[in-house]
Amino acid sequence: MASMRDIKRRKSSIQGTQQITKAMKLVSTVKLQRARASAERSKGYFTCMYDTVNSILERVGHIDHKYLTSGASAKKAVIVITANRGLAGGYNSNVIKMVTRHPEWRKQDLELYCLGTKGRDAFIRNGYAVRECDSEIVESPLYKDAAALCSRLLTSFAEGEIGEIYLAYTNFKNTVSHVPTLLKLLPVEIQEDGVSRETEVSAVMNFEPEDAEALDMLIPKYVTSLIYGALRESVASENGARMQAMDNATSNAEEIISDLTLKYNRARQGSITQELTEIIAGAEALG
Amino acid sequence: MADKNSFLLRIITPDRIFYENPVNMVEFNTTEGEIGVLPGHIPMTVIVKPGILSISEQEGDKKAALHSGFAEILPESVTILAEVIEWPGEIDEERAKSARERAEKRLSGKSPNTDIAKAETALQRALARIEALR
Repeated sequence: MASMRDIKRRKSSIQGTQQITKAMKLVSTVKLQRARASAERSKGYFTCMYDTVNSILERVGHIDHKYLTSGASAKKAVIVITANRGLAGGYNSNVIKMVTRHPEWRKQDLELYCLGTKGRDAFIRNGYAVRECDSEIVESPLYKDAAALCSRLLTSFAEGEIGEIYLAYTNFKNTVSHVPTLLKLLPVEIQEDGVSRETEVSAVMNFEPEDAEALDMLIPKYVTSLIYGALRESVASENGARMQAMDNATSNAEEIISDLTLKYNRARQGSITQELTEIIAGAEALG
Repeated sequence: MADKNSFLLRIITPDRIFYENPVNMVEFNTTEGEIGVLPGHIPMTVIVKPGILSISEQEGDKKAALHSGFAEILPESVTILAEVIEWPGEIDEERAKSARERAEKRLSGKSPNTDIAKAETALQRALARIEALR
């Protein structure tokens, strides 16, 4: 049996860890509340933009436009949103796995735009081509930054350097459920399930300016808003995941501590009994 | 909609729902010129240019500075997805004035390095802000 001193030392070290995990849980709870509120506020824009662009494309039908047809290049650009820090359960690795284990993607075809250092480090370690990385953007997502990233991506798309653009992020469903999601940004896919809606709208959509020109201006806004919305959701998911992980860690520590307390008391009782036996044995020998 | 004289106007920005109410008319600036939208408009999508957005409600008029985005106009509703929009109370007048001076200087400087389109947009934006304050 371990000595009393060993058990005591182990217990106090675990108590220290528990205090840290408890504090981290509290911090991420507060951050989660803030992130969730802002994710919910921007969700309106995000879904409205998605619906609007879809309904516009539906009404326009299949027209030939540079953003609607896939480029000749086999290269795929993937924007991967992860966290800058770990200790968030499976949050980072789930997103990374979704990209590395994709059945149809080959390593050499991918060009990664990593938002968040955890993703960048993992992909560099595995030998992926990381074209760009930005860790600041995850801390406080700004619409401006999303727009800048989007315009760089669209330029390479228009020049034919990349054929498709994807977005890998974590969808924030609620506090306990976060789903890693892969979204195809470009070329824009027209939702085919909207046929019923089309019949309701008798009038045809007019564009001012012309279709092609309007789409030229709309699509960048659409892509930017999707990136921005995904960033907001990911930040909320990150804090949710961390809160859960730290909650589990705290309760695990609690369990170990109670186990060690029991062992410690037993060891103490054992040593007292032993001492007593020794004294009695000594007294008997004298008498 | 029950009331024939109004339609639902929704203005949404990336960070919040800016405005959502039934209105009688809305006017704003687009790439093709200024337009006013009344109920029962034909479906149309327009791209916003920096300018004043004025809303005619039952109780009166409201103004805001609208800078970029686009609008989907349908007979019974108008949705403006605005990237940047401000109520007059949110505008910093001093900053708008200095931005106007800077943009004017850049445009009149005629140096070959100036991005004319960018400077013009900046000027329009500053003018819209100043106009909204009046």
